[in-house]
Formats: sequence, C-alpha cells, structure tokens
Amino acid sequence: MAEFTMPSLGADMDEGTLLEWLVGPGDLVHRGDPVAVVETAKSTIEVECFETGTMTELLVEPGTTVPVGTPLALIGVPAKKPEPPEGGEKPHTTREPRKARQPEGPGETERAAKRRAAPRTQRKGEPAKPPSPPPEPATVPVPVLTTVRQGVHTEAGPLVRHLAEQRGVDLETLHGSGPGGRVTRTDVEEAVAARPPRLRVTPLARRLAAETGVDLATVKGTGKDSAIRAADVRRAAHGPATEIPSAKIGTPTVRPSGERPSVDRGAAMRQAIAGLMSRANRDIPHYYLSTTVDMAAAMDWLHEHNRRSPVGERLLPAALLLKAAALAARDVPELNGSWTDDHFTAGEGVHLGVAVSLRGGGLVAPALHHADTLALPQLMTALKDLVTRARTGRLRGSEVSDATITVTNLGDQGVEAVFGVIYPPQVALVGFGRVVDRPCAVAGLLGVRPVVTSTLSADHRATDGAVGARYLTAVTRLLQNPEQL
Amino acid sequence: MNINRTDALEMVRESISRVIPDADFAALGPGDAFRDVLEMDSLDFLSFVEVLSERSGVRIEDEDTPRLTTLSGSADFLVARSG
Amino acid sequence: MGDGERPEAAKTTYREAMREALRDALRSDDRVFLMGEDVGRYGGCFGVSLGLLEEFGAERVRDTPLSESAFVGAGIGAALAGLRPVVEIMTVNFSLLALDQILNNAATLLHMSGGQLAVPLVIRMTTGAGRQLAAQHSHSLEGWYAHIPGIRVLAPATLEDARHMLAPALADPDPVLIFEHGSLYNVSGELLPASAPLDLDHAAIRRPGTDISLITYGGSLPKTLAAADELAAAGISAEVIDLRTLRPFDARTVAASVARTHRAAVVDEAWRTGSFAAEVSARIAEESFYELDAPVERVCSAEVPMPYARQLEEAALPQTADIVAAAHRAVD
Repeated sequence: MAEFTMPSLGADMDEGTLLEWLVGPGDLVHRGDPVAVVETAKSTIEVECFETGTMTELLVEPGTTVPVGTPLALIGVPAKKPEPPEGGEKPHTTREPRKARQPEGPGETERAAKRRAAPRTQRKGEPAKPPSPPPEPATVPVPVLTTVRQGVHTEAGPLVRHLAEQRGVDLETLHGSGPGGRVTRTDVEEAVAARPPRLRVTPLARRLAAETGVDLATVKGTGKDSAIRAADVRRAAHGPATEIPSAKIGTPTVRPSGERPSVDRGAAMRQAIAGLMSRANRDIPHYYLSTTVDMAAAMDWLHEHNRRSPVGERLLPAALLLKAAALAARDVPELNGSWTDDHFTAGEGVHLGVAVSLRGGGLVAPALHHADTLALPQLMTALKDLVTRARTGRLRGSEVSDATITVTNLGDQGVEAVFGVIYPPQVALVGFGRVVDRPCAVAGLLGVRPVVTSTLSADHRATDGAVGARYLTAVTRLLQNPEQL
Repeated sequence: MNINRTDALEMVRESISRVIPDADFAALGPGDAFRDVLEMDSLDFLSFVEVLSERSGVRIEDEDTPRLTTLSGSADFLVARSG
Repeated sequence: MGDGERPEAAKTTYREAMREALRDALRSDDRVFLMGEDVGRYGGCFGVSLGLLEEFGAERVRDTPLSESAFVGAGIGAALAGLRPVVEIMTVNFSLLALDQILNNAATLLHMSGGQLAVPLVIRMTTGAGRQLAAQHSHSLEGWYAHIPGIRVLAPATLEDARHMLAPALADPDPVLIFEHGSLYNVSGELLPASAPLDLDHAAIRRPGTDISLITYGGSLPKTLAAADELAAAGISAEVIDLRTLRPFDARTVAASVARTHRAAVVDEAWRTGSFAAEVSARIAEESFYELDAPVERVCSAEVPMPYARQLEEAALPQTADIVAAAHRAVD
C-alpha cells in the first residue's frame, strides 16, 4: 500500500488545501496522472501521483488544509494485475485470490471489510466495522468513502439492490442505517431525495458557464421547462457581484467550501511572492549582464512565416526568444539546473520556466518541459496552453516545480530591459524586453534595425561572468539564424 | 461577403469577450486603446486576432495589427477588408 | 420557345435556364445525349427540352418507351460504353421503377468492378408536391437517394444553379442525380453570366443572419426566404442556407453557421421520419453540440400520403408559417 501525500510544490510551501479529488476509490491510476487539485498560497495546481495502482481510499476531504507530507490517500499497488470486477453474484470466487495478495497492515482491515460484506447466510449479524481509521470526523458529515469497489457490495437485500439500480444510486456510497450496517430502502430513497435536481441546461449554456465560472445552480432558466440558456448564463456572469472575481485568478470549479474573497487571495499571493523574492535576493549573490541583439533577421523571417500561415499558426517574437533561450541553455549547461546544499546539480533537460503574470496581480513561472526540443509551432502551442492554464489555475504539479532556468519577457509592457530576481533553486534568469527599432551601425553605415535587449541575472556561487557572457553570446548567435530555431 | 459596421463592431466585441471573458465594455469607449485598458498581452492579442479572423472570415496579416487598436478602428478595418 | 442566350444579364426562367444548360451540353460534347419519356416530340413533360429535338435531331434527343427500368438501364449501358447520357425520369415517383438500376448498377458498378467500370451518368428528375397530383405523384425522395454511396445528389434551387450545375455534373465520372422541384420551373428572374465554373461542393448562404440558421434545399428555399423576411419583422435575424448538394452535403458551412447563431431549423418537404432533415440534424448534434442553445427543429411534411384536395395538401406540406413558428420555438 502506498501513500499519496501532500506534495511540496515550491521551495517555500508549508501547507496546501485539497480542493478537489479527480479520482475516486477503486479508480486505476498511473504514475503521472493528475489525481487532485491543490490550492497553495500562490496558485491552484493539479497534482500528479507517483504510483501506479488502484486508488484505495481517500483520507482527506476537499476543503481541508494540511501540512506538506500529510497522507492524502492510499494507493493499492498490486503485485499482479487485478481481475475485472464481477457483478457481485458470486462474491467469494473473486475475493479469495485477492486476499492472498494483499500485504499486511491496511490489507488486514480490507479482509475484514470483505468478511463483513459476505452473504448473510454465512455471517449473520456481524457488526459493521469501519474499514480503516476514518479521517478526522470534524470535517466529515458525509459517509466515509469506502474501500475497494470491485463487485463487493454492502449488505443489502435484493429489493433494496433493485431499487438502488432503478434509481441510479450507488450502494457503495451509502451508509447503511439498518442493523449490521445494512443499507435499507429508506437509505436509498433518502439518497435520491438528497440529490440535487438534474439541471436542464443547453450545451452552449453549460460551456459558457464553465468558461466564465458561473455556478449553474444559481442561474434561473428562461428556456422551455425552465431550461437554462446562454442568455441566462451571460446575464448571471455580468450581473450583480454574487460572482466572486476570483474567476480571474482561481479556477472555475472551486468548491464553495474553498472560495475566499479575492482580496484575501491576492494578498496571500503577494505575501508568498514577497517571501520568495526576499529570500532569493538575500541568499543568492546575483551578477547581471546585458547585451543588445540584432533582430532584423529574426523579425524578417517571422513576418515571412506569418504571411504564409493561417492565423491559427502564427508565431509571436516571444516564441523565437524562448527557443533561443532554451537552446542557449543547452549549450551552456552550467546555467541550467539548481543550487542546493552548496553545490550545483545540472538539470536533466532544459525545462524553461516562463514568467506569466496573472490577471488581478500575481506571478507564476511554470515550466515548458524540454523546451529545447520543441519545434517553433509546437512551442507556440505549448506556450499558449501553458499561459491559459496558468491563468485559469490548471497547472500541473510538475510544471510548477520542474523549471531549470526561467525567462521573463516584459516586452508587452513596453519595457526595454529587465533585470529580475532569480527563482530559487535555479541559478539563472533570462530577461527580454521589447523589440524596438534603433539606429545602429551596419557594415559601417548608419541604419535602423529592430533590436531587443537580452539580460541575464545569474547566481555567482554557481557561475562567473565568463559563463554568463557565453550564454548571452549564444542567444545572440541563435537569433541571427531564425530558420534553425 | 460584405460586413456592415454594426455587425463588425459586434464581432470585435465578441472576439474580445472570448479571450477576456470578463471584459467590461461599459468602461471601454470606441476610441480607447483596448489592449491597454483590458491589459491584453501579446498572446491574448494573438488569440483575439485568431477569433476575429475566424468569425468574420477576413484574413488578418501581421501588418494589419496596428489598425486593430481601438473598437472603432477594428470595426472600420473589417468593413474595409470585407468589401 | 425559350429565350436565346445573351451575354449580358438575361431575364429568364428556371425552365429556360435548364434548357440552356442542356443546349450547351449537347453543343459542346458529341457524347452527350438526352433521353426520357416525351423529351423529344413533346418537348418534355415540363417543357424543359422544348425545341431541342428540332435543333439536335433524333440521335441526340431520344424519346423512350414507358419503362424506367429499361431506359435507365440503357443509360447506364451508354455511359459504360463511353457516352455521356442525360436520362430524364419524368418524376421521382416513377424512378422507383428504376431503383434497382440506379442503386445496384449505376451506383455500385465502379466498386464491384474494382474500378474498371465507370458510370458517368446524369439522371434528372422532377420532384415534390404542391400541384394537387395526389398520393402517388407527390413524393420528395431525394433524401432516399442521398443515402446511397457512390453517387452525387444535387438540388438546384436558383436560376444560377439550374443553369450551371449540369456541366460539372456531366464532367463527373460517377453518377449524378439532379432533382428539380416542380414548383420552381416557372420562377423567373435575372441571370448573370457565370464568372467562374460552378462549385458543387459548397452550400450557399442565401441570406446572412445571427439568431438562427434555417437550413433547406430545392423547392423549400422560397418559403424559407419568405419566413426569414417575416422573422426579421419580428426582430429575429435568420440565416438561410441552401444546401445545393445533398450528397455529399456541406456540413462545414452548416457547422460554421450554427457556431454563429447557436440555433438551427431544417426545412425539408419530405416526411419527417428518416428524412434528409434527420441526417442534417444528426450532423449538427454531432459537430455543433456545444454550440447549441436550443434543440434542432425540423419542418417537414405531415406523415400522411399526400392529399389531393388543395387545402389538405397545403396543410400537409411545410409552409412559411410553420418555418416561422419553428424559429420562434428555438429563439424565444
């Protein structure tokens, strides 16, 4: 049995709030699958799990804040491939082999649970045992999310089972109020009554609601049979401030229990950034280099490319700058990696952090993995996707923690040169300003060329000025041959 | 197909809304530089151009983008280019 | 007698436009010939081929016996042998007697022969109701034909399409069926000379709009345009799409339109169940589900054998008022 714990998603993270589970008990998960949505002071992130197995038990309820390292769920890591679940007609045959395979400890209680669920003829009146230590009851008004769902059903007579199937109620999720924990007919009917009524919403309205963060339960429908239509959603989105502006920073699917007014959110993010930047500036001895890069070849190539391409395939100058920064980092690996415990560890790939400003304030720098291997159109697509997810709070854990070097591009804001603070534990930050037309000397004559100021802030513990200079020279060289980017 | 100015203006607004869902048009005058007012960066602007191009059926080149700074200018551009 | 063709915009009728198309085809390619019941001496049941026998002779304009299966089969044979026949089946109602020829031979020989036998055949048929021709003579079966792989199915609704669809149809190496709605033959208007070869693959937006997409073809186009006028007066901007080709139909134009309007109504004179409108509706559901703000409406004929009495026939067929009502259901 493996534990899925609250991960550390940044050098300065102490605790996180579990917002939403993306999987349930009984689901098969693979290493790298996103399984939960976690909110930190700085952003909302989809967290991947590191094991492949069956999600056995969810230990923490959505809405709970826990310290880094707290177990959030149990994942069953089977020695052999689990058999497909059966309809439950012959429970014993599928259970016996599984019993033998489960390791001790939590497996013990699983066996107990299965014994409990055995047909009444064998085990009369066996008292219901909770299958494993339940999570802190304080936050659990809801029945304990039960164990392995593999054709094992809670004790329920045929009538109740039939009723549940008819009404579309999953017996696994019910807490039986009958003797011995049996699920009764009343339990099923109450579950049906407790369900929120299925909303009638047009497909367009549903999509708009997801895009704008409108909660459909709060919208009055004006369509046939009170169906909610697009106009109703638009009205709700622009209506009086029942809609929290957190739609700007956070995710559209934040559960009510996790909603906080945007003022708090913005302040928390600012505090977190303040902490990180102070620490970085204090601990890291920065040195700064700058150079002016002739962008004539690059911009000509770019315009030609865009002229030939449909609008959806256009490239921005930023794509060229990012690719050059990534390739240069490959050429100068001393700047691509992390400084921890008084030594430098080179990154195993060039994962280019891209500084993205969030609406309403705040900054994240998620990584474009293996940016040096992405062809320009792919890089452009990946960049668009990354920025969108950064702004809607749908980043993955690996994107937030894996950057080996970061680029900050303030060209849009009209600034010509930016000297930023390095994001620890990285050892370099590359800056690009706006591409501007400037007079220059070209082959001995005065001309006007588009140029960009490229800067490097680097950690003096890891590298010296000569290395930094080599990097900027590489960037300059790469941008003179845009067709090879 | 010729686009009339009212439709053009509506397309521009719709395209902006697709990229910036909470864009406040009440505060945006027809002559205001919407990129600045709405804080659209280069990626946002590129998305806006993509959506507008698709909606209107008009091909928009890189060189045209200086004409797409205000609601009014953008609508005029569409009308001129579609005719 | 038909109008002679003039190079500038000419006043003409749908019937005359189709006749000019036939004339052009007969003149420009010796392999082309017209055959069908009463196409020669009578000038065609609907007057389309009036004068052509006199102009081109009995080898090029051939009257056939009253046997659809035989003369459609002959047309298939002629096409196989390298000619370019235009077979006129008086109405789609009679084409049922040649269904086996059309489906099992014309549409399928290319496949069954492994590509060795091509059937470059054009079949023209009059279709539709509205002239009190009663239950056996009022069918709209172009939807049935659009079901068959291996053929192209066209439904010219405008003068321009009537004039210019025949040439690309003849150029097509595979069978092409052209359905002419009986109520369109007398429609008159101005026809400009064609500026470019007609493209058969795209639907046409006959009227742009923003609130609902009204999708139709053939004889229902005039009623749909009239409905759009009425809707405009009520503040609803309807976009009218003329499909022009039923197989393969231009789903992209439809999807793009629904993406703009978010509502759709399909107008089809066939009976509702299993109609071509059902196919269009299914495609919209498949491709534009997340754009829809209301269910897709269908405006079709009542599911009865077509009545003979005028008032009953009118009540059974889709009328402008029905289209307007459907649009209101979707929009309001």
